[in-house]
Amino acid sequence: MCGIVGLFLKSAELRENLGDLISDMLIGMTSRGPDSAGIALYHNPAAAGFSKLTLFDPDNGTDWSELASALSNALSLSATASQRGNHGVLTVEGGTAVPRAWLKQNHPHIHIMGHGSVMEVYKDKGLPEQVVDQYDLRSVNGTHAIGHTRMATESAVTTEGAHPFTAADDMCLVHNGSLSNYFRLRQWLRRQGQEVETENDSEVAAKYFAFRLSQGMPLDEALRAGFRDLDGFYTFAMGTRDGFAVVRDGIGCKPAQLAETDDWVAMASEYRSLTGLPGIEKARLWEPEPSQIYSWDLLTETMQGAA
Amino acid sequence: MITVDLADTSLRELNKRLHALPPDTNETAWEVLHPLGQHAIAAGLDVPIELTVRGHAGYYCAGMNKQATVTIDGHCGWGVAENMMSGHVRVKGNASQSAGASGHGGLLVIDGDAAARCGISMKGIDIVVGGDVGHMSAFMGQLGTLVVCGDAGESLGDSLYEARIFVRGDVESLGADCIEKEMKPEHLEALAGLLAAADIDADPGSFRRYGSARKLYNFDVDHADQY
Repeated sequence: MCGIVGLFLKSAELRENLGDLISDMLIGMTSRGPDSAGIALYHNPAAAGFSKLTLFDPDNGTDWSELASALSNALSLSATASQRGNHGVLTVEGGTAVPRAWLKQNHPHIHIMGHGSVMEVYKDKGLPEQVVDQYDLRSVNGTHAIGHTRMATESAVTTEGAHPFTAADDMCLVHNGSLSNYFRLRQWLRRQGQEVETENDSEVAAKYFAFRLSQGMPLDEALRAGFRDLDGFYTFAMGTRDGFAVVRDGIGCKPAQLAETDDWVAMASEYRSLTGLPGIEKARLWEPEPSQIYSWDLLTETMQGAA
Repeated sequence: MITVDLADTSLRELNKRLHALPPDTNETAWEVLHPLGQHAIAAGLDVPIELTVRGHAGYYCAGMNKQATVTIDGHCGWGVAENMMSGHVRVKGNASQSAGASGHGGLLVIDGDAAARCGISMKGIDIVVGGDVGHMSAFMGQLGTLVVCGDAGESLGDSLYEARIFVRGDVESLGADCIEKEMKPEHLEALAGLLAAADIDADPGSFRRYGSARKLYNFDVDHADQY
């Protein structure tokens, strides 16, 4: 099983309520995924010339401000820290590559949950409602978010194994389904120099797309390459800096529902998660076709479906 | 008219009341408000009542239906009227995957489109779709009739047994052992009857008929490449 949700708010007014709306959507998918839950939030863009890293320490022993100072001293970059639940957010000068490499080398036990200029990723074990409370997700505002509720099949229930999985700067993936060729694909990705951190099949998909994007492929082409290279069942939602994309496998094994009004675009595994959205009664509702890419971004201002 | 609002009544409470109705019940007109996409609304009915769901339903709405007439005034999720035995189910919007799956009898009408695997493993149910159906529809259909007024997706009627298929629009591709067949007067008559029962206005003469080539019933080494 597993449940996935995504919401993009076109209306500036509604952006104040992003946390409330996406929290209800996430909780609506509890019966599809009671093991763990997670969310990628696109909000509070870092100032120009800065970026954000969302971090998790499985031992809970890290003082995020001390870590920011250590990073700042070592790399001669300005860095500040904030905390949300058991995750820390470091805002650092420059891009994410240098601080990520430094963290891996000097604090290998710290997991980098998300990175980019806009995206923060929060995830943990437990019911969606507990995860919402733990990170005080209802209080956040922002433009868009994608979320996941997990019923684990392919790997253990851990914080690291929860979704979303970060694929690249400001880009992350949530997955409903299971992949069958991920062992081979993981070996192949590692040979290409791509780091894969967990035993999770969905992380392999995220890193696969990251690799394709790093080769210079545009998002739609990378997703299309996935139809060829990823074997298994999936509905993916991919969060991007400016919106999100949704794809289903060629035989449509896993459900997905899309909805759009003048104020928002939403996706969910099931309609149940959309019922609390304002104006849902008048929304355009449709089921995405298998092997098609549906994407939404600030530039197109409407959901695009491409064969 | 008995109205049950699922915004303040639990789904389990509704279904319990419906299952407790005696065969000769006088409570024959029901309306369900705020379905909110919940699953298994009005599943397992076995009384000749009329029930309307006002809004969008989740999975398995009117599943296993016997005798009842259920109308969904909205869209519905996977498996609407799955394993229906008798009665009528009508979806005024679109239906998601596996509509009417394994149905043994009764009539399922979908005014809009049905997604993939509509009528999968049908065993006697009649299904009339006003719009299109997705891929693998009528897969392993054993008995009954699937009528599609729009187009059909790929692999229509794959591994078909004795279910009959009529399509008015284009068929993306036929599945293994499914072939086009001649439309004879008795087929036109049966189709006209079904369209009338479904209250859908369409000219039976504009449909084409598909059925089983009957080559996959028993193992035949000459057909090994078809399996």
